[in-house]
Amino acid sequence: MFPFNFEWIWDMGHVVFMGGLWYALTILGIGMTYCIIKAAIDACRGNDEHHH
Amino acid sequence: MDSALIPKGVKRCPFPQFILFIAIVGAVLLWGVYAMLLCWFKGLNQTNMNDFYGFALWIWADLAVIAVGGGAFFTGLLRYIFGKDELKNIINYAVLIGFICYSSALLILAIDIGQPLRGWFIFWHANVHSMLTEVAFCLSCYFGVLTIEYIPLILENRQINKVPFFHHLGHNMHEIMAVFAATGAFLSFFHQGSLGGVAGVLYGRPFAYREGLFIWPWTFFLFTWSAAACGPCFTILITKITETVTRKKLVKDNAIELLAKISGWMILTYSIAKTADTWHWATVTVPSLGQTLMDFYSNNPFYGIWILILEIAICGFIPAFILITQKGRKNSAALWIAVFLAVTGVCINRWVMVLQIMAIPVLTFENWVMYLPSWQEVATTILPVAYGVILVAFSYRYLPVFPNEPELNPIETLPPEKEKAVEPSVELEKELKPAEA
Repeated sequence: MFPFNFEWIWDMGHVVFMGGLWYALTILGIGMTYCIIKAAIDACRGNDEHHH
Repeated sequence: MDSALIPKGVKRCPFPQFILFIAIVGAVLLWGVYAMLLCWFKGLNQTNMNDFYGFALWIWADLAVIAVGGGAFFTGLLRYIFGKDELKNIINYAVLIGFICYSSALLILAIDIGQPLRGWFIFWHANVHSMLTEVAFCLSCYFGVLTIEYIPLILENRQINKVPFFHHLGHNMHEIMAVFAATGAFLSFFHQGSLGGVAGVLYGRPFAYREGLFIWPWTFFLFTWSAAACGPCFTILITKITETVTRKKLVKDNAIELLAKISGWMILTYSIAKTADTWHWATVTVPSLGQTLMDFYSNNPFYGIWILILEIAICGFIPAFILITQKGRKNSAALWIAVFLAVTGVCINRWVMVLQIMAIPVLTFENWVMYLPSWQEVATTILPVAYGVILVAFSYRYLPVFPNEPELNPIETLPPEKEKAVEPSVELEKELKPAEA
């Protein structure tokens, strides 16, 4: 649910619940995007200096 | 046949034997899938749920797998946030077990809602006053976290790791895993708690109702606590079962013992808190609502006071005392008993908080209502177990789940003349070069 949906109400419940959901999804999304883009760049450059 | 996919330095059973095992477990899986399709196509009349039992076997299974799957978030928290490096040898398996538990929970919910095509309604038309909405949000997001934690393990497969993009992707994900682990711990805290909160806010059912802190009843905190305490025991139990089945030692003792020790102290503190909560509920809350403790444990064919003693004393304090002592942790039989009891205890707690609540009469003209699940409910509850066994089997065979395995189980070297006879060609040797990640 987004603020532009007809069910949305600007109250604490909606802001906390939906805000928490989008906050968590944003962290996961940004984290994975960073990993994928960096992996693509590393693969193109041929970097291979990983030691686990 | 599939030797190029098997991790370097470990030995696996012949491929036909593996396929036979998968086929046997797969038959059980298909039985569950058949029951699942019956529920989807014919409806929830396939179950023995009724007006008394809106929550039944599935919701118990759901809560139980989520509780025992808590080992993933708690082990991840200890490993990535608190820096317990010994746990790096068991974290992969904890993540795999957590992934299986949470995907099973979502599968069971998909069957339970009856109309899986409308599953997205809970996100789009969210009821923000419902604890179950929070559970749905956190559960889905945390499953995403577990998937992200499981992907690097898949990418370490020997063949996949040869692709530069996947090699780098796995490495990059490892590097920021602490961010994902912290997010997972945050999400887990809330959904484990909200599952307990669902019972605790039922003010019309004195057996479940609890006072609490602000909007959170005490059951909110007890559920999170018990999952963090008993989840690692489930990880240890499954590891021990895997070691027994494979007849190999897969994880070093220091990792198991550290996890067992932390789990033991968590179980002990949880059991004390649970005892205090039960005492206050029995002596203050219940009388204030016009009932007595024995109203909930008598005049019915199943729920006696024994279940309370079994849950708290036998499956709470006994495993705690075993696990907090060095002698108990180091004794294999005692460790087996302790982790088994702890896992049983948390499953009984979830059973009580889901099904005993439903069984107890709440109106003066009602009687106890017992419940026996239909075969479709049983089959769909066994389905995730079969799915879990298959996923563990594939992961164990093709992925480096246990980093200590090659060291703990060195492959016997052949005599020089025999070794020469089976020496692979240069091309094959190059092909099987181990993954460096």
